[in-house]
Amino acid sequence: MALLEVENLQTHFRTPSGINRAVEGVSFHVNEGETLAIVGESGCGKSVTSMSLMRLIPEPPGRIAGSIRFAGKDLLQMSDREMRAIRGNDISMIFQEPMTSLNPVLTVGRQIRETLMIHQGLDKQAAEAHAIEMLILVGIPEPKRRVREYPHQLSGGMRQRVMIAIALACNPKLLIADEPTTALDVTIQAQILKLMLDLKHRVGAAIILITHDLGVVAEIAERVMVMYAGRKVEEAPVAELFRSPRHPYTQGLLGAVPRLGSSLTGTARRLAEIPGQVPDLRKPIVGCVFAGRCALATDLCRQYAPGLEEKGPRHVAACHYAAKGAVAA
Amino acid sequence: MSPPLLQVNDLKKHFPVKKGLFSRKSEWVYAVDGVSFEIARGETLSLVGESGCGKSTVGRAILRLFDITSGQVILDGQRIDDAHPSTMRQMRRRVQVVFQDPFSSLNPRMRVRDILAEPIRNFGLAKSAIDLETRVTALMDTVRLPREALNRRPHEFSGGQRQRIGIARALAAEPELIVCDEAVSALDVSVKAQIVNLLQDLQREFGLALLFISHDLAIVEHMTHRVAVMYLGKIVEVAPRYEIFAAPKHPYTKALLSAVPLPEPGAQRNPIILKGDVPSPINPPSGCRFHTRCPLVFDRCRTEEPTLRAAGPEQWVACHLEEGAAVASG
Amino acid sequence: MTDTTVNPQALPAGFVLAPQLPEILRPVTIRRGFVGLLRGHPTVAIGGTLLLLLVLIAIFAPYLGTVDPTALAPAKRTRAPSALYWFGTDVLGRDIYSRVLFGARVSLTVGLSVAIFASAAGLAIGIVSGFIRWADGILMRFMDGLMSIPPILLAIALMALTRGSVGNVILAITVAEIPRVSRLVRSVVLSLREQPYVDAAVACGTRTPMIILRHILPNTLAPMLIQATYICASAMITEAILSFIGAGTPPTIPSWGNIMAEGRALWQVKPYIVFFPAAFLSVTVLAVNLLGDGLRDALDPRMAKSL
Repeated sequence: MALLEVENLQTHFRTPSGINRAVEGVSFHVNEGETLAIVGESGCGKSVTSMSLMRLIPEPPGRIAGSIRFAGKDLLQMSDREMRAIRGNDISMIFQEPMTSLNPVLTVGRQIRETLMIHQGLDKQAAEAHAIEMLILVGIPEPKRRVREYPHQLSGGMRQRVMIAIALACNPKLLIADEPTTALDVTIQAQILKLMLDLKHRVGAAIILITHDLGVVAEIAERVMVMYAGRKVEEAPVAELFRSPRHPYTQGLLGAVPRLGSSLTGTARRLAEIPGQVPDLRKPIVGCVFAGRCALATDLCRQYAPGLEEKGPRHVAACHYAAKGAVAA
Repeated sequence: MSPPLLQVNDLKKHFPVKKGLFSRKSEWVYAVDGVSFEIARGETLSLVGESGCGKSTVGRAILRLFDITSGQVILDGQRIDDAHPSTMRQMRRRVQVVFQDPFSSLNPRMRVRDILAEPIRNFGLAKSAIDLETRVTALMDTVRLPREALNRRPHEFSGGQRQRIGIARALAAEPELIVCDEAVSALDVSVKAQIVNLLQDLQREFGLALLFISHDLAIVEHMTHRVAVMYLGKIVEVAPRYEIFAAPKHPYTKALLSAVPLPEPGAQRNPIILKGDVPSPINPPSGCRFHTRCPLVFDRCRTEEPTLRAAGPEQWVACHLEEGAAVASG
Repeated sequence: MTDTTVNPQALPAGFVLAPQLPEILRPVTIRRGFVGLLRGHPTVAIGGTLLLLLVLIAIFAPYLGTVDPTALAPAKRTRAPSALYWFGTDVLGRDIYSRVLFGARVSLTVGLSVAIFASAAGLAIGIVSGFIRWADGILMRFMDGLMSIPPILLAIALMALTRGSVGNVILAITVAEIPRVSRLVRSVVLSLREQPYVDAAVACGTRTPMIILRHILPNTLAPMLIQATYICASAMITEAILSFIGAGTPPTIPSWGNIMAEGRALWQVKPYIVFFPAAFLSVTVLAVNLLGDGLRDALDPRMAKSL
């Protein structure tokens, strides 16, 4: 059985100008120890999905529907108290901006300790010792000194390591990483990615990685889910997705990214553009969400929203024509 | 060979930082500390480096958004770093800018028409009101925005469309050089591709020179003719595109390139993982500024600062190891 | 769901239709006009309506069943509220209802004038110190000095130097309010100067006066407007205090502070003399503050956090 099973997740928000259907009918699962990447551009609903999993959506103005089964229990049916026991313990989260997600007036050590004292019931000494162990685990030099420092005394990369230490302190079964390296410089990003890869093997937690960076996806994900306008449009194992993307949006996305080293091999070409704009999610969308920007779109697409279809082994895409195009080719 | 369009000689910009509430003494941020380069007409030079390396400060110095500490900025044979305000105003027309953030780079209270008309009026480019209107509508066509959009305000547009307005404003002055300060960094992948293609088309069409400031190496490789790599206020390597991406010489360039995650699952790569973080530009390390993180560091690096030396026909590197290599091979 | 029903049979075989999903939130009806304003920005609607009502009362005071507010009637002193004297009469037999309604004129005039004058002066000083570094040092130290004196004491001191009149009250309160406005404008100007669109304007060859006029000034107006409402409210309170302690409007003019001052000695036996002007003052200040809070939320959500 999968560790996390999400079915028909809907997260909507009431706004003065209409209902924003930020996530509309997204289903996926994560197996134990597996890394699933959720990819998409800003506003595609990937972050709202992750916040919904943690039930961190303010209700109202938001509302979550569907089912989120974690280890067999539906998180959406739980009381707030039960949910608090899960957050930071069984499921923990790393955010993009480590400076704003750490409390600036508490020492790093205290912040790791508190998670441990609340969830694991450790006393202060045991928690302190465990906090130092965690800092060693995430590769922070001089951990005994660092536990007494405040977040502003650390660099961006160090802060992200501390965030990871806090997230992993209680041995979570699922770690949600929301753009964990986006705010970091490329050499620091390389350090954090290496750390995440190492920890993946050592800690064994399942990871949901939320990112817009296809390079980061290729680096650490095993399975990829592509989101567009609040819907899941494609899902496949990572190699399969990069080798043969089926959904026209995924194809466009991959074609729009320049490859490092392309100027050397003479494969440099004009970047593929996806024309147009993402539709307004506050208006009901009839038919396929991508139809307005898709070169293959027909009247059928504009009328009937495509469901997810099996396009290959463990490979699904929500497109009326993708499979047929591939078969013909 | 004709003289370069832009020449920057030993540019330095040090910012004061107040130490305490009452102390008169201040420390200095050595944001840019002796940078020299040239840009030819129609050429794209990219400035790459991590945050705090001073690349944006170089761009702003060229635009003369502040006075520089020392050095020279020469546009088409004429110094602009110390030009009188009246001469400077005429020189400003020739260097324009596109900023990173499409939301804060347009005045929220102005209509697109007025945003585009501002440089045209300032530099007296339009002969009449009709000419002004023709120019403004032509700019909308150039950046592929509908003409009806002229009467709207920035908040009615998406990020990519706003960036097009920003580009149109830069083009309105009919510049020879555009400083693109992380101009595509804040955009989504698919929109980024649209803007990159637009910039390339415009460069060809108008023969523009671009100073492309970016931290995104894949986009830089796609756009550029030459690359200058900056680290802590200094240029560590300058070379044409092929040399930088095929045979980088400076250890920092090598690390930077190897750190970029490739969108190819299972790609064989051995990233050089640099230890630690970029040191503060307030007290930069002695000797070679990269020595605290360099995997190849040796004694000389800690005390003696390497200068930019030729390492190939058009390749310049500031590293003691390259000097040794040049001697050994020569 | 009703308008988008699709007949699955119409879809050719071999195509998969996305599952139909329920609506999980009640549909939003976008209302326009006053109901829309009330729902979207209830504080603006309530504050604005109250304030409008008070302004109308002040303007049409003579036609609202009032008598001459200064007419003495020693025979009818300190009457309790009744059908004849709605709010009762004071120690000199004057009709409190009429005095309170005419008093609204003083309060609103002072509040509005101080808000306008203090904003204008603060805007000028703030922009100068935001743009000219040497002037900044001098002006801001001067403002620090003014701010170290409590505004009421400063206003009392200024009133001590002049004769009591509405004009002088406005002047005194304006001077006391200027430092706060100019500090706000200065900080807004300094943050606006860092905006890329200002840099872009410099690069476009726009001269400094035009930059101020076109790029800085319009963007300081929203925070200024919000601040102006708070100044208006605080000016009305300050005016009432000045009049109450006899340092404000001359006693011949009915202002809420004066009425309360006259009723002070009797307030335990005849509380209505103090109650009605005080209630009007509270409601007016509340209305202005509601309007200010609402404007703050409506004009700029980000600014709301920084103020």
